[in-house]
Amino acid sequence: MTWKKLLIPLASVPVILLLAYGFWTDPKAIPSPLVQKAAPDFRLAGFDGKELSLAGLKGMPVVLNFWASWCYPACHDEAPLLESTWRKYKDQGLMVVGVDIQDKEPNAREFIKRFNFTFPNGPDPGSKVSIDYGVYGVPETFFIDRQGRIAYKHVGALSPVLMEEQVQALLKGR
Amino acid sequence: MNRHASRARNRAGVWTTGFLATGLLGLACLLPGFARAADPADLEDRVREIASEIRCVVCQNLSVADSPSDLAKEMRNLVRELVQQGKSPKEIQDYFVSRYGEFVLLSPPKRGFNLLVWVLPFLAIGVGAGGVYLVVRRWTESSATGRPPVDPAYAERVRRELEGREGR
Repeated sequence: MTWKKLLIPLASVPVILLLAYGFWTDPKAIPSPLVQKAAPDFRLAGFDGKELSLAGLKGMPVVLNFWASWCYPACHDEAPLLESTWRKYKDQGLMVVGVDIQDKEPNAREFIKRFNFTFPNGPDPGSKVSIDYGVYGVPETFFIDRQGRIAYKHVGALSPVLMEEQVQALLKGR
Repeated sequence: MNRHASRARNRAGVWTTGFLATGLLGLACLLPGFARAADPADLEDRVREIASEIRCVVCQNLSVADSPSDLAKEMRNLVRELVQQGKSPKEIQDYFVSRYGEFVLLSPPKRGFNLLVWVLPFLAIGVGAGGVYLVVRRWTESSATGRPPVDPAYAERVRRELEGREGR
């Protein structure tokens, strides 16, 4: 008789565990399978007319940022930080690269002018680079180490603290 | 000598015609295959089939085939390009999984922890059906034994009261 009384509470245990698992996991946090893997190579025809490829940046730590002029406010918020980081660390060998996705060229050029971007930026026709990097939306930033591995991926606008932390880690890595 | 030569020529003619016929027949058999591969409608069907299994990553539960979003359109174009390069549906799916993780597949693969998703509903239906069977059996058993037994003390009281009414 007693086992019958225990049956209902016992049966509810797996259900509660399943619900608890569901409540404790963030459905929006989808880990990228690319982190700690080799960064896919890409080619960009820069807005400045120069060609750029990841293979050409071998041995350099790279901050690869995906943005769009229509991405407001996140991309607008982090734009000055990207430029200031580039100016601060370019002499130490850091590379900052911007990939402009699903944008109109005049708007993109306007954005570059507005934030005084001096680091290389290029459009991504056909979203080829974006899909190759598993990009969901903008902004997304990949921190690529000297070995060409993706050390960290950040979704959303960058904060100065996070940027500093990640760039320092990249520069320290041999 | 002359007759011999003409017979040989005839035989050669028969052979040539035979070869030609066989060749044409073979070509005729192959043609639908070529037509199929080159048919743009067929290519679109294959692209749609593959794209319908890939999740549009900027939508809520929509496939790349059904979403009107820009990124989904670009993903469809990429699927088409990969099909044209001769990649198999599995290779194309693997490419998207390597970039976005298994989340990009609309139906989870039937292995590991994901198996629960496929097995649990059927298990639940099985357990539910078993429960219903047991309950129904208990009902039919109790109704088959007829009226439930009456408390003798209660029966005695009813009998006495009836006697009292008749005696009045």
